[in-house]
Amino acid sequence: MAIDTGPAPTTVPEPPPGAPPKDLVMHLWRGDASGGRFQEYRVAPQEGEVVLDVVHRIQATQAPDLAVRWNCKAGKCGSCSAEINGRPALMCMTRMSTLPTDQPVTVSPMRAFPIMRDLVTDVSYNFEVAKLIPAFKPGPRDPDGLRRMAQVDIDRGQEFHKCIECFLCQNVCHVIRDHEENKPRYAGPRFFVRLAELEMHPLDTLDRRNYIREDMGIGLCNITKCCTEVCPEDIHITDNAIIPLKERIVDAHYDPVAWLGRKITGRPVPLAAAEARKHTGAAHAQPAAPATPEPGDIA
Amino acid sequence: MSVIEEVPLPGPRPQPIPVRIGAPRAGPPRAVVLRKDPWWAQPLITGLGLAAFVVYATWAAFRNGHYFVGLDQARNYLSPFYSPCLASNCPSAVRWGPITPANSGFSPALIILVFPLAFRLTCYYYRKTYYRAFWLSPPACAVADAGSTSAKPNGLRKRYTGETRFPLVLQNIHRYTWYFTFIFAVLLTYDAIEGFRFPGGVGMGVGTLILVANAVLIWAYQLGCHACRHMSGGSLKKLSKAPARRWIWTNLTTPLNKHHQLFAWLSLMSIVVSDLYIYLVSSGAFSDPRIF
Ligand code: SF4
Ligand code: SF4
Ligand code: FES
Ligand code: FES
Repeated sequence: MAIDTGPAPTTVPEPPPGAPPKDLVMHLWRGDASGGRFQEYRVAPQEGEVVLDVVHRIQATQAPDLAVRWNCKAGKCGSCSAEINGRPALMCMTRMSTLPTDQPVTVSPMRAFPIMRDLVTDVSYNFEVAKLIPAFKPGPRDPDGLRRMAQVDIDRGQEFHKCIECFLCQNVCHVIRDHEENKPRYAGPRFFVRLAELEMHPLDTLDRRNYIREDMGIGLCNITKCCTEVCPEDIHITDNAIIPLKERIVDAHYDPVAWLGRKITGRPVPLAAAEARKHTGAAHAQPAAPATPEPGDIA
Repeated sequence: MSVIEEVPLPGPRPQPIPVRIGAPRAGPPRAVVLRKDPWWAQPLITGLGLAAFVVYATWAAFRNGHYFVGLDQARNYLSPFYSPCLASNCPSAVRWGPITPANSGFSPALIILVFPLAFRLTCYYYRKTYYRAFWLSPPACAVADAGSTSAKPNGLRKRYTGETRFPLVLQNIHRYTWYFTFIFAVLLTYDAIEGFRFPGGVGMGVGTLILVANAVLIWAYQLGCHACRHMSGGSLKKLSKAPARRWIWTNLTTPLNKHHQLFAWLSLMSIVVSDLYIYLVSSGAFSDPRIF
């Protein structure tokens, strides 16, 4: 695959005094599965813009075939994830005024995922993981037919509800970004957030700990916190989701005293991964029909 | 989507996530660093900080001398590197030994330091720091792992296995190192209190203040530990059913945990400052100013 990383960074000359403000120099990734390169575009800056505005203006005036995914322009749909000057971020929530404009601004697609076209990637890996999360399993109802939970017990989960599924954390996680062969056995930070939410839910009764260790591959995470650094919803993914899960897995699997305690007191042993697996979407999957290519499919 | 293979039937464990590997990836190759900010500064500074501590600690541990300011200098200070004092020539007030004889070539610090060393090596925060700074795995976010390119996907390593294999799977014993260092936090608190012992009664010198600050920072680090946060209440599904643990989790371990990184560095520095101060006073470089 021919890959050209585009023109070398140039310095944009200062405009003479009194002249209109100098143009923004944008390097947008253009390409598909057969290869790609950064393409340079120059546009006049406007007050108060975000990166997505500039990309849209380039699309409207210079590159009508530019592929870019977006929906809300409000940081809530999680569609416009990209890498801006190399930092994973939402295009609609990154103000141009926060970027140095004396150099070109690069916008590239999320590099952990397969390319579809230009800035659009195929994030279906994440949807496959989502099907494998063992579902919420509440216990029996109270005698009056209701279920009750205390506010303090659901407070912890509120943070995790903020996730917009932008998959920036999945993109930046080096476990799959730099070691793609781990994808089939690694859920990734977004799904550790989901699993933590379920494991901490006061009404949930399913024990997913062995499953998280064996199938979701949490041991591959080395808590280097890049997911936390890029999360646009400011979820403390590593401190509040991943590490609490790792500690739960120590309880279930690595702590000899906890093991001995269970032996002595007869407390239930951690649920086998195979049992938790029965509560996932994969357990209900039918054999797939032979794939018929759809228009727009790649490969 | 044809880039996804057909969903395999539930089979023997663990069931792989059905995703096709090796499709052309988006954007330039990962080895190309697109970040324009000084992303290398953080791993460099923290790496140098840790290396400086290792150098100092090695010197301090093998020094085997000048680790207390005794009653002959009208003070009662013991260096945290040598606490509990196992040697027979310890100042009487803080002596726990004699386990190692006076003037023996073997430094008692070498026995003592195993525990805090294991604690800090397996600490979630230090793990992050040294995986980034020394393992370069990854050196910074969206910067590829050491040497990994599309041609050499795992860089310097055969395979990336994270914390799933020996020796890194041993990081899971972190809570056991916490149990041991809890005892050390108590001992350092005792040393700080002993620092108020002056000939003929209670007093306070600059060294006393340093030892008290050290004990406070050690506790802030100890109680903000992620394993401690988990044990204090984080493990519960229903905090509402355990009011005491809920109080500790909400008001003590969680707030301290938020600043665990800060206390990891401050307590590391306070250990060095305490030891260095005691070394300098003990070796006669200057005398400890008395406050009252
Ligand atoms: S902390 Fe773990 S999950 Fe998050 S980016 Fe790092 S390795 Fe991935
Ligand atoms: S956890 Fe944060 S970064 Fe990850 S998908 Fe959700 S919102 Fe995006
Ligand atoms: S367009 Fe919806 S998050 Fe950016
Ligand atoms: S001491 Fe840092 S996490 Fe335990």
